[in-house]
Amino acid sequence: MTGRQEGIRSAARRQGRLRRLWALSTGRFGLIVVAVVALTALLSLFWTPFDPAHVDIDARWLPPGWPHLLGTDAAGRDILSLIIAGARTTVFVAVSSGVIATVIGIALAALGALTARWLRETVAVLVDILIAFPVLLVAMMLAAIWGGSLWVVVWSVGIGFGVSIARVTRPELRRVLHTEFVLAGRASGLTPAQNLRRHLLPNVAPVFFVQLSWAMAIAVLAEAGLSYLGLGAAVTDPSWGLLLKDLQQYLTVHPVAVLWPGLAITLTVLGLNLLGDGLREATDPTLARRRGRARSARTHQPELTA
Amino acid sequence: MIRYALTRLVLLLVGLVVASALIFLTLRVLPGDVAQLIAGTNSTPQQIATYREQLGLDRPLPLQYLDWIGGLAHGDLGRSLLTGTPVVDELTQKAQVTLPLGIMSLVIALLVALPFGVLSAMWRGRGAGTGLSVGAQAVAAVPVVWAGMMLVVVFAVWLGWLPAQGFPRAGWQQPVLALRALILPALTIGVVEGATLMRFVRSATLQAVGEDYVRTAAAKGLTRTQALIRHGLPSVGLSVVTVLGLQVAGIVVGAVVVEQLFSLPGIGRMLVSDVFARDLPKVQGELLVLTGFVLIVGFAVDLVHRAIDPRQREAG
Repeated sequence: MTGRQEGIRSAARRQGRLRRLWALSTGRFGLIVVAVVALTALLSLFWTPFDPAHVDIDARWLPPGWPHLLGTDAAGRDILSLIIAGARTTVFVAVSSGVIATVIGIALAALGALTARWLRETVAVLVDILIAFPVLLVAMMLAAIWGGSLWVVVWSVGIGFGVSIARVTRPELRRVLHTEFVLAGRASGLTPAQNLRRHLLPNVAPVFFVQLSWAMAIAVLAEAGLSYLGLGAAVTDPSWGLLLKDLQQYLTVHPVAVLWPGLAITLTVLGLNLLGDGLREATDPTLARRRGRARSARTHQPELTA
Repeated sequence: MIRYALTRLVLLLVGLVVASALIFLTLRVLPGDVAQLIAGTNSTPQQIATYREQLGLDRPLPLQYLDWIGGLAHGDLGRSLLTGTPVVDELTQKAQVTLPLGIMSLVIALLVALPFGVLSAMWRGRGAGTGLSVGAQAVAAVPVVWAGMMLVVVFAVWLGWLPAQGFPRAGWQQPVLALRALILPALTIGVVEGATLMRFVRSATLQAVGEDYVRTAAAKGLTRTQALIRHGLPSVGLSVVTVLGLQVAGIVVGAVVVEQLFSLPGIGRMLVSDVFARDLPKVQGELLVLTGFVLIVGFAVDLVHRAIDPRQREAG
């Protein structure tokens, strides 16, 4: 088979998966929310209704209405603009920690599945231990050294989820390693690297993307929680968690304002969670056959409910 | 069972050693010079050297680590850089808030998750079941901080039933006030954690409904509900036990945020302020106690699960 044919085949397979994902209510909701948040973040680079940093004392605490659709805060800043700009931070954190988690996760999974026995068993035990470290505590540790920043959030979630991706991907990799087509590949003279790229990774990919989607949901919650604690976004960054912290002081007088950043976070997290659920249902053949029945719970979700 | 317990114990000990070494190394090696940090920017080299000697920082790292761990063995976690008080004393004092908060949160989470999880599984395919599932998904996505704020708005601001913030100065000598102060924080963690747990309960129940023995019981004349309650629920309970370790970790983390939100003088809030103050020896002790706690709970949960699950017992 030529490379091109193979490319077309896998593109078609991907399309089939996407269509299946779209056919699921969870997948569709997830895709839409994630797309909206991503587009909002992009949009905020060029345009927000008002300058989110613009302080206007005369316009303090305007109720939702025109032109401030979601009202203004204690400094007269437009809340809708702050939320639109905050999407940028959210997307940045979700994507960067996703990248770090991917690198760490794949590396650990490969080490734990494909190497000599003593090494892969050691890695497996280490992963079992590391998984018990709550992400937020890792973040606190990093913040104690370098002070709080978005990088602390990105690294702690990235490490935490890298470990948990490794934990879920490793057995999958071991399973695929012993399937006939991988053996056949080896017999027909593929190098380990070729075999990895052509047979192993595509087969592990579904499990991996599901985990990644959930990891990003946790990253969004972590950003909000740590920024709320003052260990995440810098005061000048637009951030939903920071906005919650700012608005908390006036909670008793202006409770409505607090609704918006909270809703933005919840919706984004829900979207990513459901995207993960949908991906799982769309790609797992055993689940597809008996859809909805005995859907087993998530294998692991690092403990972060910030 | 004994063999399993011993293997698991070894794993726990390895875990504790790895955890303590990681915390120690990260906090000791990375930040540069603790002595410099305490002495301040206007210090002379002699002052720094004195501090270094006092803190034992001039000794080789492995020895410092052993010192720290050795101290731990007789309940000494070092002293705060800022106040000089022993870390253990402060931890035990703050635990009087955090421990009850954690227990209350866990109870609330279970009270939310067990009944609603089972119901949403039994009503699967009906409007009410779907509603419960969707609700659990949505609540599990809520950031704890925000959940707390919403509860404050409803129960403290609008209804005025419970205090919005704070903890009585006299602590548990005023039990009613103390308990009232913890209700909203515990509810905040409990509801969000409960929603996550509920999804486990739901899928465990669905699995139980499909088991042969439950179907047999139903075939022998029990209604589906009776069969599930009598024969299915024990296995649901078991799977809840397995995820309890995760829940406890979630509660520890939730407490850090919630104590900040409600100004509760607990371990979580102390940790946050120590992180800001860069009180590294204290942060080191607090992190070790918290991760150690999570590891030990995980160990206990595994043992309990092994002991009460007949299927696992047979496996030896």
